[in-house]
Amino acid sequence: MNKNKRYSIFSLARNARGYHKNWAEAWRSPEPKQSYDVIIVGGGGHGLATAHYLAKEHGITNVAVIEKGPIGLGNTGRNTTVIRSNYLWDESAAIYELSLKLYEGLSQDLNFNIMLSQRGLISLAHNQHDLREVQRRVNAIRLNGIDSEMLSLAKLKELVPILNLSPTSRYPVLGASIQRRGGIARHDAIAWGLARSADDRGVDILQHTEVTGLRIQGGLIKGVETTRGFIAAPKVGVAVAGHSSVFAEMAGFRLPIQSHPLQALVSEPLKPIFNTVLMSSTVHVYLSQSDRGELVMGAGIDSYNSYAQRGSPMILEDILAATCELIPIFSRVKMMRQWAGIVDTCPDASPIIGKTPISGLFFNCGWGTGGFKAIPGSGFVFAHTLAQGEPHEFAVPFALDRFTTGALIDEHGASGVAH
Amino acid sequence: MKRQRYRLDVGARIDRGKTLRFSFNGKSYEGFDGDTLASALLANGVRLVGRSFKYHRPRGIFSAGMEEPNALVQLGSGAASEANLRATQVELFDGLEAASVNCWPSVDFDIWAINDRFSSMLPAGFYYKTFMWPKKFWHQYEKVIRRGAGLGTAPELPDQNIYDKRNQHCEVLVVGGGPAGISAALEAGRAGARVILVDEQAELGGALLGNGEHIESRSGVDWALAARTELDEMPEVHILTRTTAFGYYHHNYILMVERLSDHLGAPAGTLRQRLWKIRAHQVVLATGAIERPMVFADNDRPGIMLANAARTYVNRYGVRPGNRAVLYTNNDSAYHAAHDLAEAGVRVEAVIDVRPNPTGEGVEAIRQRGIKVLAYHALVGTVGVKRLRGIEVLALNEKGDGFSDGLQRLRCDLLCLSGGWNPTVHLFSQPGGKLNFDELKACFVPGETNEAVIVAGAANGVFSLQGCLAGGAAAGREAAAKTGLEDPGAPSLLPVIPAEEGPITPVWHLPPVSKGEMRFVDLHNDVTASDLELATREGYRSIELVKRYTTAGMGPDQGRTGNMHALAIVADTLGRSIPEVGTTTYRAPYTPVPYGAMAGRDVGALADPIRMTAIHGWHERSGAVFDDVSQWKRPWYYPRPGEDMNAAVKRECIAARTGVAILDASTLGKIEIHGPDSAKYLNRIYTNGWSKLAIGRCRYGLMLGEDGMVMDDGVTSRLGETHYFMTTTTGGAARVMAWMEDWLQCEWSDLKVYLTSVTEQWATLSISGPNARRVLSDLAEGVDLAPESFPHMAVREGKVAGINARIFRVSFTGELGFEVSVANSYGLALWQAFQRVGEKYDLTPIGIEALHVLRAEKGYIAVGHDTDGSVTPGDLGMDWLVSSKKDFLGRRSLARSDSIRPDRKQFVGLKLEARVPEGAQIVSELRRRPPMKMIGHVTSAYDSAALGKSIALALIERGHERMGETVAIPLTLEGRVVKAEIVSPVFYDPSGERLNV
Amino acid sequence: MLLIDCPYCGPREEIEFSYGGEAHIERPKQPDKLSDAEWADYLFMRNNPKGPLAERWCHSYGCRRWFNVERHTVTHEIQRVYKMGEPRGGEEGT
Repeated sequence: MNKNKRYSIFSLARNARGYHKNWAEAWRSPEPKQSYDVIIVGGGGHGLATAHYLAKEHGITNVAVIEKGPIGLGNTGRNTTVIRSNYLWDESAAIYELSLKLYEGLSQDLNFNIMLSQRGLISLAHNQHDLREVQRRVNAIRLNGIDSEMLSLAKLKELVPILNLSPTSRYPVLGASIQRRGGIARHDAIAWGLARSADDRGVDILQHTEVTGLRIQGGLIKGVETTRGFIAAPKVGVAVAGHSSVFAEMAGFRLPIQSHPLQALVSEPLKPIFNTVLMSSTVHVYLSQSDRGELVMGAGIDSYNSYAQRGSPMILEDILAATCELIPIFSRVKMMRQWAGIVDTCPDASPIIGKTPISGLFFNCGWGTGGFKAIPGSGFVFAHTLAQGEPHEFAVPFALDRFTTGALIDEHGASGVAH
Repeated sequence: MKRQRYRLDVGARIDRGKTLRFSFNGKSYEGFDGDTLASALLANGVRLVGRSFKYHRPRGIFSAGMEEPNALVQLGSGAASEANLRATQVELFDGLEAASVNCWPSVDFDIWAINDRFSSMLPAGFYYKTFMWPKKFWHQYEKVIRRGAGLGTAPELPDQNIYDKRNQHCEVLVVGGGPAGISAALEAGRAGARVILVDEQAELGGALLGNGEHIESRSGVDWALAARTELDEMPEVHILTRTTAFGYYHHNYILMVERLSDHLGAPAGTLRQRLWKIRAHQVVLATGAIERPMVFADNDRPGIMLANAARTYVNRYGVRPGNRAVLYTNNDSAYHAAHDLAEAGVRVEAVIDVRPNPTGEGVEAIRQRGIKVLAYHALVGTVGVKRLRGIEVLALNEKGDGFSDGLQRLRCDLLCLSGGWNPTVHLFSQPGGKLNFDELKACFVPGETNEAVIVAGAANGVFSLQGCLAGGAAAGREAAAKTGLEDPGAPSLLPVIPAEEGPITPVWHLPPVSKGEMRFVDLHNDVTASDLELATREGYRSIELVKRYTTAGMGPDQGRTGNMHALAIVADTLGRSIPEVGTTTYRAPYTPVPYGAMAGRDVGALADPIRMTAIHGWHERSGAVFDDVSQWKRPWYYPRPGEDMNAAVKRECIAARTGVAILDASTLGKIEIHGPDSAKYLNRIYTNGWSKLAIGRCRYGLMLGEDGMVMDDGVTSRLGETHYFMTTTTGGAARVMAWMEDWLQCEWSDLKVYLTSVTEQWATLSISGPNARRVLSDLAEGVDLAPESFPHMAVREGKVAGINARIFRVSFTGELGFEVSVANSYGLALWQAFQRVGEKYDLTPIGIEALHVLRAEKGYIAVGHDTDGSVTPGDLGMDWLVSSKKDFLGRRSLARSDSIRPDRKQFVGLKLEARVPEGAQIVSELRRRPPMKMIGHVTSAYDSAALGKSIALALIERGHERMGETVAIPLTLEGRVVKAEIVSPVFYDPSGERLNV
Repeated sequence: MLLIDCPYCGPREEIEFSYGGEAHIERPKQPDKLSDAEWADYLFMRNNPKGPLAERWCHSYGCRRWFNVERHTVTHEIQRVYKMGEPRGGEEGT
């Protein structure tokens, strides 16, 4: 990265003297080439991470990321920024832990501060069944070599003094687990940092370019039709989350995916009051406080299929009631903004990564409510998959054919709630 | 010091006879009834009210409404404390206490203002570029950053107020009680429509309250009062004031919050706010417009406010917002403000207008007053930091894109800005309404929508009073007509007078005069024109990216006063038109809404319904400890004095094995199945066969999802030729019922089967143990309990304790057992009868924990405990229960390659050397430290009194062929390893002799 | 919050209903005759269109009856509500 482009306190000071007129573009807005070695459809976190690792790990830089709007504004910019790897099944643990490890070095890797805040992520148990599930998960996570602990109520009180720990509350807190390496990060920064890094290595990021069709001949992908003309490539990776089914239809196959709204909201900014991430599957809420001071919270998905990025307010009533129940002092805190993403959910709440019935066409989708925390890990294995033409070992269990064989990786039991 | 020295002596909507005392930042002041905190502060000459988010620059009151970006305060203390209220919206009450937010130690001297000194180092997105070294240090940086960010503080104590909710339908919902909204409500009401008219202010009138305009011969305020009187007389019109419609959802569903006692200080225990959930046939949005400021260097000093706000303070609150005023504008409306200020005795120094030749009627009136109008001039700076002291003006150059020489300075303590108006399109836009850019008016106006909505008045880009009245009336009539009501005829239309206004010339921004000057666009988040230019220069070119990179428009004010400028500056910088750049998405809520209002009464005891059995009170009195299973409270165990859980459970288990025990099993799901095709139907639902079940007999059944995984289980009995009775697990009852209905209605509608959920209709008591028959025989009438006439897995009807009962001879404990079901209301009576006759047998109430120990000793599975949605019947060793002679739900999935692979996890027992917790993981190869390959986990684990040792059930890879193998259970949390031998899951009475006695 | 016109009860709030996903998925008459892939297609593969979708709803907190709805997944506009067994939009009744 050249000197004008590299970020540091020194470059900031140098640029301050020039009234910040000399900063280079974070990424270019190039004209599309006629062909690329790899085309990635979707300029969200997953697509951009794939491009970044294709260039960085595999030296493949003749790559285009094609995005119909601006980058990072789908689910990457619409989630509650929670990062964790405390998954039950080995297959999930492997890919999410890879992701968390990559996140831990991502600011330096990208030279872009993604503000990863490993403030610890607490999962609450409210009944004997919850406790059993939490124990099961903690034991499994630890034996997978990932950090996870049980928390005593006294320790919980110390970490989250504002939590309602009354034994007579409707759903009393009986116990909790914590992943101390879990936390939050600045979601937009991840998309931007990845885009900047990929661009710096030669990847073309084509914003405001919509893929309108896939050109397939004799079962082979030839390239994509776009609003800026046909662009050829022998390999196309599709990472379009909620719109995956639409692209599968273009390619003539179906996916076991349903697109649903997933709602989230933030409060007005408050001075620091809460310094972990809190999740409860029984009362269906997860929440944290951003560095700006906003309480960020999310809930389960709306039940119906939708591409509208809008949900029904009853979901908000439920999670805010649950929040007031868990943390009664938040009753007078005010909701400032709410929104929804479109999540692509699989029957087993696990992603699909890998080959499709079309040779050269690869999909990475179905991350459901877990997509944000997976961004670097997903990009890493998808880049490998695109580069080698064969799935990365961590991606193998997440192949589409698991729905035929029945080898599902059912994380429903592991989470019970959107996360 | 003279009290309220900026207060006018007469006029306005305040009651000078009612003095209210309040404090701000610890100092006491007085105001009047009808004031807002902002107007009262201005009346007292308080100019510095807050600090900005990032640079902590001194700020004053900028507006008179919800768009306020500066004057955010913390109200009250303790449980009643509320953060980030806009002083412009807080109605004054006696005893009000407020303080500035986001400053320390005080608003006057704020340490964090150091940020302003280093602002050159803190451009938009600076934090993305630094704090990355050393790697581990972000955590430390973050602490400091977090402390500096945020605004007010969360309360320290739980809320002491009550919140309520109401659902309401109406034919026409009118949002906004200004001239357009009132006219709409009047017309719709006259047509006979059921109307709800809602306004966020304490009284109707909207803009009329502040602009002093007249309608025909009356003042606007009098007109609004008369309209209110007429509306109040219409029985189908409901007016809600102090109510904000904040969310517009699909199919005309609108959420509103009504503030009931905030203006009285919301005393503890009172109903504070009510959430209204409105489903409207038609919606009329008359939400008005919000004035835009102007962008120039240091345009954020206390004493700078929107022109219309100044006008409102004069007309509505009787407050002079300053002594010497300058106005800066690009349109005519500032001239009306200048007029009203002058009338109120404010010395108006000049009106500075960027237009070359302003000509409207208002302009002429100001010129005639002898007030200087500096046309084709622009502001380039201000003087004063904590208080405005003057301004700097330059003439524009010929092209209008820069300045001529000749800096003028004018002294003033009030600067009023008007950069034109933005229709308040937020609600229109929320459910997907499209906006069009109106070049002439330089604003976005409503376009296409899928909702049944009409936008009227200023919200529709009609800024003249006459236009609002006419547009509102037309909207009201149209809305009523769309609900199917007849047009009342004779439109009471007011004559529309052509606008006397001159056109607006939007000059969104001008080049800086000196480098590094701060031209604020978003006052709240401290976003400057340079920040926006920087963002576009760095490649953040879509407006959504600019917004996120610079944080423009992301504060609590949602950038109401700045967004249009941000958009225009970005468009200018990129050389694109404003509509090409487009707007960002409008998201609910329109103004922030307390969590408590959204939660309503669904907190505390009402957080979720509690389901209790008929015998719950007895359990409580007997000291039972409860466990929550879905919404049910189930007795977990009944400790006697001095007993811990282990001792109690052990005693309960021994009673069941050696004497007799009683369990309240009422929470089990129960479904009545009627109809000639019932057996056929059960054959499809369960894995096993049901065609041959005789009347009076029971059978255990396993239910799979279509994916072949075990979903639920239970005993189903045949009560008659076409009558069956199914039981399900407690947690699965609702799901199973829904699942069964689904198949019946959607796939097998040809089957004559009828399902009824009767879980709550029957109380079920389970009597178990060697003495079970003796206890039951003391109470049963008309039923032969002898083993030969009433065998295991049979059902009889008769009377128990004189109550009609169904008696099932079934057992989940492995002992002789009977389940007695009676009408729910008799449940307690039956339980008490058993207590009476049971005394001589030491009949022992047992909880769910003892039941689990007993069933685990028998190797009986508990669905959801030993299974998790990834377990087939084969995994459980229950292939014998899977019929090969018929199709059933899930069958085909059992033949998939993954369902038949040999290394599946299978259900086994574990002989343990020490107790392990449930959820412990099992390995075959122990390593010194993780990672270790797990081959399964412990699903159930108990101390068995009957066996005198710890037992466990587990799912283990190839478990069925591993009998006798030793495995390890590493308990890394406790730092120990437990060895276990894989054995059959049936630990107790494997031949089942004890059942058949 | 959708307003759903239950064919048995009339228009009611979404909160009274539960969702059943894509409509007109018929259970294979002879599952044994299907390949694993064909069975998987029935079991898991679903249309997930960006546009009109025929879907099932159940009036769970009302009449408990299942019925079909044709709804646009972008605008959420409900174009048609019809009973179980009735043909989908555009098809002729038999």
